[in-house]
Amino acid sequence: MTDSSSVLFDVPGPKARRRAQVLTVVGGLVILALVALAVMRLAERGQFDAELWSPWINPTDENFAQVWRLVGEGLLATVIAAALAIALSLVVGIAVGVTRMMFTPILRIPVVAFIELFRGLPVVITIVYVWRAIVETEVPIDWLPGDDALWYLVIGLTLYNSVIIAEILRAGVASLPRGQREAGLAIGMTPWQTMRSIQLPQAFRTMLPALVSQLVVILKDTSLVAVIGLGYRELLDRGNQIAQFLDNPIQSLFIVGAIYVVINYTLSRIAIWLERRLSRASSSADEPEAEPAAAGA
Amino acid sequence: MGPVIDNLDLYWSGFLQSLEFILWCLVGSLLVGTVMAAFRVSPVPSLRALAVAYVNVFRNTPLTIVLFFMAFGLPELGINQSYFFFAALGLILYTGAFVCEALRSGVNAVPAGQAEAARALGLTFTQSMRQVILPQAFRSAIPPLGSVQIAMFKNSAVAGAFGIGGDLYSVGKTLTSARGYDYVPVLTGVAIGYLIITLTAAALLTLLERKVAIVR
Repeated sequence: MTDSSSVLFDVPGPKARRRAQVLTVVGGLVILALVALAVMRLAERGQFDAELWSPWINPTDENFAQVWRLVGEGLLATVIAAALAIALSLVVGIAVGVTRMMFTPILRIPVVAFIELFRGLPVVITIVYVWRAIVETEVPIDWLPGDDALWYLVIGLTLYNSVIIAEILRAGVASLPRGQREAGLAIGMTPWQTMRSIQLPQAFRTMLPALVSQLVVILKDTSLVAVIGLGYRELLDRGNQIAQFLDNPIQSLFIVGAIYVVINYTLSRIAIWLERRLSRASSSADEPEAEPAAAGA
Repeated sequence: MGPVIDNLDLYWSGFLQSLEFILWCLVGSLLVGTVMAAFRVSPVPSLRALAVAYVNVFRNTPLTIVLFFMAFGLPELGINQSYFFFAALGLILYTGAFVCEALRSGVNAVPAGQAEAARALGLTFTQSMRQVILPQAFRSAIPPLGSVQIAMFKNSAVAGAFGIGGDLYSVGKTLTSARGYDYVPVLTGVAIGYLIITLTAAALLTLLERKVAIVR
């Protein structure tokens, strides 16, 4: 077993094994019974009827191609919004994080206020606010490619996530040994040079898993537009549109939800994998045979 | 800020409604998360599998979809309740997955020697969990648990957008759509309401962390 839970109980003896087996069977039966009850209730109400599912799973259905084309478009829109938001959040987040670390305490006040403000606001509120503020103050955003709604979403997500990234970055820099910065200053680098070429590159390595996890958060949050009703046609919005057209909300939401789970689960696994890899690399860093990348990029 | 001052009573009742919602979800998600975390580290494979599946599904689904499912799915299961109930249940299940992970990381942070010592003294699984592991796990789980709960406070706005009725978000909606106030000042009021909740919670959390922090 990989985690410490293995220490919590002995290697089971015959009696304990029997008890565990009984509990497994009982637990499994209870879970199965609950699932069966739910399935029966759903079946009673005709939720497993072929006509509700066939547009999703039967390639010969007249709506099959149309439904999956819409889902594809929605997925593309979701990915575009998420990619833009993570890229912008990175840029803004690094700027905010670095200014927070480099400025003198007094100059830092507005930066800290910015961070606390957007960290404390719900993202939904931030997105609605950005949308209405841009509409009412007539800030020109027409020159940006794509829908206006896309940019309301992206800017809202960026404001929230850049602040999170700035904090992740700061934690990464803070976790470095003091000697790194001191060595940089001692060989005559300016504080900015030390930050740019010694502290940030190392902080990035420790940040990488957190960044990938943040991508999951952003991907999930793009679906908020569907609730606000901005009219940006991303995955969940398409799912709702299909559900309305086919009148099968449960089936459509199930498929759309499964798509999100698959993508996000993959991303989460990548984050865990990166974390393992990086922690292995850094724990071997003090061994003489460590590869140069691990010794401190 | 005119609209906010004129409707202070409305904002106040919205604030209280949001707080009530948050408190239900706080208690619920801690309960669900603790039970699932216990399943997750238990010696019974079927319960472990259930907890793993639960965490992976709810952590990777957008909250919006969870809420839609509650609103559309539960009535089909024969459960007819208010939107407040559906939204609270959705947010509890969603947050519970994160609580479970926070607690598990807390359990994993307890040095193996503690569990070994408990086992060596002859404590059973339940006894060593209850008297040795969990009290320590809760302490080191407080920072992640706190941020999970603060995230939940913010997510309550998503539930508000769904329409639990009468909360801060719906106050904003009522004032702008039904009474025709400008969006920006009204939203500023709503934002301040949420900021009061989240910033207070963050400050309390820092205090709590300082009080229970264990130096390892």
